[in-house]
Amino acid sequence: MARVVVDVMLKPDILDPQGKAVHGALPRLGFDGISEVRQGKRFELEVDGELTEERLAQIRSLAETVLSNPVIEDYAVHVQTA
Amino acid sequence: MKVGVVTFPGSLDDVDAARAVTLAGGEAVPLWHGDHDLRGVDAVVLPGGFSYGDYLRCGAIARFAAVMTEVIVAAGRGMPVLGICNGFQILCESHLLPGALIRNDHRRFVCKDQRLRIENVATAWTSVYEPGAEITIVLKNGEGGYVADQSTLDALEGEGRVVARYLDGNPNGSAREIAGIVNAAGNVVGLMPHPEHCVEELTGPGTDGLPFFASVLSTLAAR
Repeated sequence: MARVVVDVMLKPDILDPQGKAVHGALPRLGFDGISEVRQGKRFELEVDGELTEERLAQIRSLAETVLSNPVIEDYAVHVQTA
Repeated sequence: MKVGVVTFPGSLDDVDAARAVTLAGGEAVPLWHGDHDLRGVDAVVLPGGFSYGDYLRCGAIARFAAVMTEVIVAAGRGMPVLGICNGFQILCESHLLPGALIRNDHRRFVCKDQRLRIENVATAWTSVYEPGAEITIVLKNGEGGYVADQSTLDALEGEGRVVARYLDGNPNGSAREIAGIVNAAGNVVGLMPHPEHCVEELTGPGTDGLPFFASVLSTLAAR
């Protein structure tokens, strides 16, 4: 059993209205010195059996075709060790 | 002429779309997301709504519905397909149309009567409009901001593939005020505003949406 984490973020040149909304609230709440907030998604996949290179390649394909939209988003795949 | 209207879990405007087809003189055929069957239709409408609760990304899960496999094959063979609002998002997620739709730049849901200019009357869904026609139909979306990279936008403009453009200001932050686009073949159109809500004087701002449905019937009749 292994855990693979897929982080998905909007590409830097794509407007992130949610991140902007969060950022806009910070000074009001007393959090200063934060110049930008970008909001993304994190997927945690519990993978059965041994995490082979082949399985990892499948997960990268999943990240590219389902979990992210490459037109507007970048993804990163990390294997989490206990 | 049979025009199929797909119902996904969370579709809202499938009944209005079917009604618009009927009022334009066509036969509306309900299609179910889980079926591998287009039931012999001549064209397909992907209606608005919140398929699969907009989970993951708008249209991202609907794109993998069984019926979409058939729609993608049929679209490739030239069948007219119109995606309205959530349907437009599904067409982008399916890569039948370029670009993507993101959250409105002002972060609020927009619901208004929207003026548009029809810029391409050579598509399967706009052929009975006058070139440059200015129309008013309903716009209602939370994630209607059309985005694509600069070279894609330049190509769309250069090839005349911007079907409709917003007038009187940009309601959702769409690049270059784009409200709708068409694929290179001219049969697949994605549109953020809702022509199916504007087909009767009694409800909505008028009947400016009806020609979308009359156009596809005319296009099919001419084949």
